[in-house]
Amino acid sequence: MSQNISDMNGAPARALITKIGFDGHDRGSRIVAAYLRDAGMEVIYTPPWQEIDAVVQLALQEDVDLIGISSLATDHLIVPELMSKLRDAGLVDIEVFIGGIIPDQERPMLVDAGLGGIFGPGSSRDEIVECAQRLAAISREKKLQAMEVAS
Amino acid sequence: MSASLSEEKRGVKEKSESIDAAEAAWKDDYAKQIGSNDRVIKNMSGIVVDPLYTPDNIKDTNAYIESSGFPGQFPYTRGIYSTMHRGRTWTQRQLVGLGTPQDYNTRVRTMLELGANAISLLPCNSGFRGVDCDTVPLPLLGTCGTVVNNVDHMDTCLNQVPIDQISAAMNDPSPFTLFAFMLNVAKRRGISWDKITGTSNQSDYISHFVANHMFYRLSLPGSRRVLVDHIEFCRERVPNWNPMSVVGQHIQQTGATLAETVGFTLSSAIQHAEDCLARGMDPDEILPRFTFFFDVSINFFEEVAKFRAARRIWAHITRERLGAKDPKSWRLKFHAQTSGVDLTAQQPLNNIARTAIQAMAGIFGGLQSMHTDAYDEPFTTPTAKTAKIAVATQNILREEAHLCDVIDPLGGSYYIERLTDQMEQEALAVIAKIDAAGGMYKAVEIGLVQTMCGESSMANQEQIESGEKRVVGVNCYQDEEEEKIEIATTRPDPVLMQKHIDEFKEFKKNRSQQAVDKALDNLTRAANSDNENVFASVVDATGDGVTHGEIIACLRKELGFGQPLIIA
Repeated sequence: MSQNISDMNGAPARALITKIGFDGHDRGSRIVAAYLRDAGMEVIYTPPWQEIDAVVQLALQEDVDLIGISSLATDHLIVPELMSKLRDAGLVDIEVFIGGIIPDQERPMLVDAGLGGIFGPGSSRDEIVECAQRLAAISREKKLQAMEVAS
Repeated sequence: MSASLSEEKRGVKEKSESIDAAEAAWKDDYAKQIGSNDRVIKNMSGIVVDPLYTPDNIKDTNAYIESSGFPGQFPYTRGIYSTMHRGRTWTQRQLVGLGTPQDYNTRVRTMLELGANAISLLPCNSGFRGVDCDTVPLPLLGTCGTVVNNVDHMDTCLNQVPIDQISAAMNDPSPFTLFAFMLNVAKRRGISWDKITGTSNQSDYISHFVANHMFYRLSLPGSRRVLVDHIEFCRERVPNWNPMSVVGQHIQQTGATLAETVGFTLSSAIQHAEDCLARGMDPDEILPRFTFFFDVSINFFEEVAKFRAARRIWAHITRERLGAKDPKSWRLKFHAQTSGVDLTAQQPLNNIARTAIQAMAGIFGGLQSMHTDAYDEPFTTPTAKTAKIAVATQNILREEAHLCDVIDPLGGSYYIERLTDQMEQEALAVIAKIDAAGGMYKAVEIGLVQTMCGESSMANQEQIESGEKRVVGVNCYQDEEEEKIEIATTRPDPVLMQKHIDEFKEFKKNRSQQAVDKALDNLTRAANSDNENVFASVVDATGDGVTHGEIIACLRKELGFGQPLIIA
């Protein structure tokens, strides 16, 4: 697994940073978008309140490697639905991580749904960037394997 | 030579007479206002504590009168009332919003029994977004606010709450359906609207557009129009209600510095006031009903200076720029909420200490009303248990700590006075920048304010990361062996929420469709006419059974859907 976040063609990793549900607090998502951009990723940023179907569409169109969800006010409760819709759309290689206010009791539900990282308040830039890079590399690896299988 | 000397002497004498006269006027006013509530207060050492300390040593200059003045006197640096907290302490207004209307009612009645003397209602995020509960995924309903979609829901929220005797804050921006529901509840109970007091909290659409984005309902011009209609309606029909709540809280929470917050907030207030004046309203009819909602962070002295500077600037703006002649128009009244951004997920019980310090800064800053955050704020909507501690914090500060014995007790501190002047200068520079951009409306339309907030937010984050800004438990004094404390997460009972949705669907089936159609036609017509008041039609429509989501859908069609300009 490489710390270098480019694929075999040298293209930078692509991350979608978004918010689903009804909350509008976007300070966290804007900061994380800037972190990833500074770390050399291509960041697709959306305003809050995206419909789950719209996020799936955008992920498909933009060919992203990972999706970062920001949740301050319980929108994490519908993240499992996002995960299953990504699978339904065949986007099994996209890795998803989440940051924000996630109560301990509700973490297992997100882990079970397949999230690759959960970040609470006070997480450092390094932790977040490291995780995003690791997830992007996993995603690229999966894509590569899928291509090999196909060929 | 001798002539000029005597002139100088005369000047000194006049000046000292003017401070004596002001002091005498304050004493008189104080005695009148406080009446039989006055009492001798002694500290632990037995020393009598006066209600006010003044700078006797600068009696020979006009500087004190000009920059500070006495409490209740222009420019209100030391407080907007002559008695301040010695006469009447602040309103304890805890933000409450959760679950179903029944859940809200239970919680709010408990808070009132515990000593809260005003209520505040926060709608569910789905309501903020402008949709009714029957179109929303169940897990998202009522987790951060109460699901209130029609007049019946509001009636349940306010069951046995004496709305003619306590003040209510409805946290609901344009088009103010929650307040419209409440007016209809008053009508049902035979309470006349002039008995209704409180605030359309967060009615400042600019703040939502820039920072909170939760208003996200109507277009910017649409929101502007509805707000002016709302102010005009209240001026005529609900005269003791504060329709304008100018919000600095969101902007500070989103990352603006304290001085920027003052500058942006007062620039917004200028914009809203000038919009009303352009409609032909008199400044002295509307400005006494302007209130402010600020954040209060843990930057203790800076916060105190922030509030003192804001009062002074607003006094000058209202009098000199907006042409107000009534002293009531010059007074900056504000509610403050302790800052959630300062609270940490690490060692969360420490947040109780942080909140107490923030609350003290607000009290010394001269607030009129306060919400204290619960320590579990970084994790969840407060539970009943943690909310009680937040209320107790206010009670301790008010009852035990003797913070209210002296008015503006930090006034006269060399540091505070200097800092107040500096904060004033910084804020005035921000206001000048906004004016140069054509006013606050234009400045947010082009993203100037958003860019400035984003830069300050990033700078703050970098200071925390570099360790320059120290946060206990986060980047210093971390406790590796920290024992996990149990944080209870309250989620609404899904069975009760489903029942609430089913009843709502039933309500929609049983109401008079004819009345609903007619009310929506009226609303559409009002939105497209320059002579009709949109908010008046909202009040009528809710009385005819039109729901929150339906009203917003209609106005979004007519006035445009909101698209906040977000600068990443």
